[in-house]
Amino acid sequence: MSALTAVRHLVWKDLVLEWRGREILTAMVVFSMLVAVVFNFAFSPSPADAVRLLPGMLWVTLAFASTLGLSRSFVLEHDHGAIEALRLFPFDPSLIYVGKLLANLLYLLAVELLVLPALAAIAGISLLGSAAPLALILVLGSIGLVAVGTIFSAMSVNTRIREVLLPVLMFPLATPVLISGVRAMLGVLAGGSLSAVMPGLRILIVFDVVFLVVGYVIFEFVLEE
Amino acid sequence: MASYADTETLELPRGFDWRAGLTWLGGLLAVLGMYMAVLYAPTERTMSHAQRIFYVHVPAAWVGFLAFGVVFVCSIGFLWTRRRSFDLAAHASTEIGVVFTTLAIVSGSVWGRAAWGTWWTWDPRLTTTFMLWFIYVVSLMVRAYGGPGSQSGRFAAVLGIVGFLDIPLIHLSVVWWRSLHPLPVVVRSEGFGSGLHPAMLQALLVNVAAFTLLYVALFGIRRAQMAAADALAARREEQRIREGTLAREGTR
Repeated sequence: MSALTAVRHLVWKDLVLEWRGREILTAMVVFSMLVAVVFNFAFSPSPADAVRLLPGMLWVTLAFASTLGLSRSFVLEHDHGAIEALRLFPFDPSLIYVGKLLANLLYLLAVELLVLPALAAIAGISLLGSAAPLALILVLGSIGLVAVGTIFSAMSVNTRIREVLLPVLMFPLATPVLISGVRAMLGVLAGGSLSAVMPGLRILIVFDVVFLVVGYVIFEFVLEE
Repeated sequence: MASYADTETLELPRGFDWRAGLTWLGGLLAVLGMYMAVLYAPTERTMSHAQRIFYVHVPAAWVGFLAFGVVFVCSIGFLWTRRRSFDLAAHASTEIGVVFTTLAIVSGSVWGRAAWGTWWTWDPRLTTTFMLWFIYVVSLMVRAYGGPGSQSGRFAAVLGIVGFLDIPLIHLSVVWWRSLHPLPVVVRSEGFGSGLHPAMLQALLVNVAAFTLLYVALFGIRRAQMAAADALAARREEQRIREGTLAREGTR
């Protein structure tokens, strides 16, 4: 089986399971909507504040929502011993990382697609003018979040304190994504072009590349029993 | 109840104990370092005596980073070779690194209060060090709750590698965010130590040497303790099997 076919099957398996159960996506979407509402209770931003607060609110919401989804990511595999079955397949076990990562990325992007317009609508600002740069920042940041998150979700599922351990593992590591994501988005919303937020984009790209490679290489050490 | 002494004797280490030797040497150097920091080095022009915290802060930060470098190398070694000694070394170094990094953060905070008028700012180096501290505290959590046998060591090693590689990126992202920390005065392009009075540099170097020796000594002691705990657990297990009770116990 070629690597590409293997990854396609792995992602497809996760998407089918998710479509039948709809556990992860439902939880992530409802949870992020709630967080967005709580933020508005907490800050009750005026339209002028909203532009300044929106990137921070969005990234905090996404960070929380992604840990929620990631904490479920390996639960089925772990509880039913399916991870051993997956490792018996004649492909590089690191491909399991790629498959999970893509599935997690798709969930997170789906959540973003719903949450960003909702947040913008609640705050009363229009994002259509800068949709493309915002989308780029979001995609780069999401890749970074799930690249580290998938490694740690495979780790935390094997520990006694699963759901508790994942966010404390993930948030310190994801600092560059959160800082660069928020600052870059602030820059874009303030009317800056993409080149004005280039330092942030560069950090996001380097982060993504480094942790995709490291995750791919190190994942077999996480899996091994 | 059978005791271990019935079958074999535990050997006590004999001869010169390098760990004790290093502890003494480091301790004496630290006393000299404190003398030089307080009485020998001249008073700084603008910051006055508050600057003397520098002689604790810089060595502590240096040892903190050194310890985490050791964790990184030992983590790779452990995943590569699976030798328990690498795991113990990484664990010991993480613990000591957390202690010294805490000292660096607290001393820096006290200095910041005197020099900047604030206990804390989100300066790149402060933030990076703080996040570094977080990563390794979490690493200790992973070791505590990481699951049975070698699994927790394996997970901590993964975190040791990923965390260390993340540090430059955290630093870059915070630099882009904001910067306030004083510029380097020891290692810089005009030559080593050119930003410092010679007596200040001497006092600093003595303290750095003292802290480094203490790190090595502590590292050796902690590693020996962990190896002893391992050996003890193995013997307990052996004895239980011999007595016919197969109740299992974690090694730590």
